[in-house]
Amino acid sequence: MKAKTKFGIGIGIILISLSALAWMGAKQSQTYYHTIAELSSLSSSAMHQRIRIGGDVAAGSIQHLPGRVDFVLKEEGRTLPVSYVGSDPLPDTFKDGAQCLIEGHAMPDGRFVAEQLQAKCASKYEAAPGGTQSSQPASSSDRKS
Amino acid sequence: MDLFGSFALLLAFLCGLYAFGGGIAAIITRRPLLIKSARNAGMAVCVLIWLGFGSLAYLFQTDNFSMAYVVEHSNRTLPAFFKFAAIWAGQQGSLLFWSFLLSIYVFSVLFTYRGKHPELMPYVGVVMVGVQLFFLTLNNFIASPFGILGSAAPSGAMQWIMRGDGNGLNPLLQYPEMVIHPPILYSGYTGFTIPFAFALAALLGRYPGEKWIHLTRRWTMIAWGFQGVGILLGAHWAYAVLGWGGYWMWDPVENASLMPWLTGTAFLHSVMMQEKRGMMRVWNVWLVFTTFLLTIFGTFLTRSGVVNSVHAFAQSSIGPWFLSFIGLVLLVCVVSYWRNRDYLRSDNTLDSLVSRESSFLFNNLILLVACIAVISGTLFPVLSEWVRGTKISVGVPFFNTINLPIALFLLFLTGVGPLLAWRKTSTASLRKNFGGPLLIGIVAGVIGMALGLRGFYVVTCLILSVFVTLTILLEFYRGARVIASRANTNLLSGVAELTMRNTRRYGGYIVHFGIVLIFIGISGTAFNQDKQSDLPPGAQMTIGPYRLTHQTFDSTNVANYTSERATIAVDRNGKQIIMLYPEKRFYPSNQESGTMVAIYSTMKEDLYVVYAGHSPETSQPVIHAYLNPLVKWIWLGGAVMVIGTLLALVPNRQPMLALRTAVEPSRVAPPFSPSPAPVQHYDGHD
Repeated sequence: MKAKTKFGIGIGIILISLSALAWMGAKQSQTYYHTIAELSSLSSSAMHQRIRIGGDVAAGSIQHLPGRVDFVLKEEGRTLPVSYVGSDPLPDTFKDGAQCLIEGHAMPDGRFVAEQLQAKCASKYEAAPGGTQSSQPASSSDRKS
Repeated sequence: MDLFGSFALLLAFLCGLYAFGGGIAAIITRRPLLIKSARNAGMAVCVLIWLGFGSLAYLFQTDNFSMAYVVEHSNRTLPAFFKFAAIWAGQQGSLLFWSFLLSIYVFSVLFTYRGKHPELMPYVGVVMVGVQLFFLTLNNFIASPFGILGSAAPSGAMQWIMRGDGNGLNPLLQYPEMVIHPPILYSGYTGFTIPFAFALAALLGRYPGEKWIHLTRRWTMIAWGFQGVGILLGAHWAYAVLGWGGYWMWDPVENASLMPWLTGTAFLHSVMMQEKRGMMRVWNVWLVFTTFLLTIFGTFLTRSGVVNSVHAFAQSSIGPWFLSFIGLVLLVCVVSYWRNRDYLRSDNTLDSLVSRESSFLFNNLILLVACIAVISGTLFPVLSEWVRGTKISVGVPFFNTINLPIALFLLFLTGVGPLLAWRKTSTASLRKNFGGPLLIGIVAGVIGMALGLRGFYVVTCLILSVFVTLTILLEFYRGARVIASRANTNLLSGVAELTMRNTRRYGGYIVHFGIVLIFIGISGTAFNQDKQSDLPPGAQMTIGPYRLTHQTFDSTNVANYTSERATIAVDRNGKQIIMLYPEKRFYPSNQESGTMVAIYSTMKEDLYVVYAGHSPETSQPVIHAYLNPLVKWIWLGGAVMVIGTLLALVPNRQPMLALRTAVEPSRVAPPFSPSPAPVQHYDGHD
């Protein structure tokens, strides 16, 4: 067999096995982005997917309960009750009005169970007139899932 | 000072335009004076950027709170060296900082090669100043750090405002590493501009041979070294500051810094194919192009808000500028490649599957696949929205499942590659070089499993680490033994002499050894454990072999923050080891808090203790303790890599010949006067 053919086979084996691994890894961890509005219209099969939702924490809605933290997420006038059950401590930036990204599963009763949570401070750095930017490193939460 | 700074930047931009246009005119007309003038203009651009940067640093140090950027990122109580680090805390300043570092490289190149390589340098100058012009456009017109505060008076006229104090620096950045991590990482990012400029210049000017590779080898090594250290420092910062017990989470910003490092690593290896065998010319040119584009793309990723990131800058209007620049560079690369592709023909083809060439080829392929995997994982939400209309992200498992086998295969190549012969390796030499190390590696793996080590990847990593380390040691030993016996010295000075004679090769081995240490450290992740519990003063908790006793809890006021701190005594087998002080800081100036992790680090494991605030149910302090094995090996491996890289930058020492040259010059006139033969001297590597 010519060296070139051998190379072709070697490269092919490597690429195929790695793509298989990539596909497996993607299946394992893929998370769908939705808005609160879309949640109610999802089919039942889509409800089993891992879902990521963003919004603001409704003021005064944070309740610390044994084993979980309940709060309400607001986005474009719609609200979603959320229970955070993750094992990681809540980030320092998680408080009333904070921008928040949650990952987890939607329950049939309309409650969202979040296993992961990231929060960003509501644009503190944008106060300066003339300066247009930069709320910065924010949460500590998107960790080893 | 603000006027001075912005004026300096504007002048730099104009000067850059001249250097760019004049440079092109110089290439066309080939007039020596014009070439010189374009080069001097290029150097002037650099000096003007330094002035602009210096004036921003001055504004920070003198607490000039009429500047919007200073107000946003500094305050009076900030220590002076954080005031310096605050320069790159925001977007405008970090873009200027980028220009600043790039101009240091550009200046060094223009200065080092002034008057040399007349066919090549004008092109190089034009490419470099072209890149600078892009960043100067941003610095001047899109994201100037020299904006002043103003507000509209009742009459409608703008008024100048001076604030009493600034908003302060983000607490996450108030950490010593944040003073050195960005400069080092940026030095890596910007440094890849130099090999890019030379590659494109050689292609455009059809500069003969592999000269551009010899010229840029050290520049590439410097950029690559900075990039690697920058990545590791970033990981260490995340580990020590973010308080989640890990150092790498495949965050887009981390991925952005890893991608050019991967292609840069591939490039450092594949240039050897071109130097020794005249192969892979097209591949190498494209690897440099890709690496440079990835540095720009990485900056774009972290600044545009395309993907969500934990520590990305906020969304801004800067994205389209970066995209256009990437598109433009890509166009220039494709066109110049297409027009000059005949110049890049290969001299040789592959001979055998078991050869140095093929190990480089697999190394490149695998690094590139890793890079593509990282890119596609990072951009998955964007790509899936294009293709399927729904935004889907992939998480840590995706990156780990694909990159772990890649990493182990690379580790394998690290051991095998350098010992394979060029063209074809015989089975006998395979057995001689690898038989012993592989056998001992497998024995180590079996012993590890007998001692309770589990997991395919972990055991494989152990076997490969032992194997690679032994092959490296064997290489040093064989070479040093020969030198030692010839020069009649001991083995150790033989090793030193050997290394200095071929710094590139043996420095490379040391870098490989650093990589082995890092791999060992990463494999420790498989055995991480953590535990969280309410721990009122006086209470105890245990994790692994450690017992943690919460002794006292106090809160204090320091200059620019208030702090809550737990004092925890750690003992092991009844013997007290250390006191740890996990802490939470609150910064009143910007209403933010930061976590100070307490770490007890040994070669075997890190005890990583976080004070996670008060429990809302019991209002007792919560302590989260992690036991992370072998983490220290990663930082140690980084240090070894730096040593290896520095060694590889040192010029080779010429071997001392056994025959001394005559002390007294011969009085007999030679029959003919020999002119020195035009020997091309390359840095050795075989």
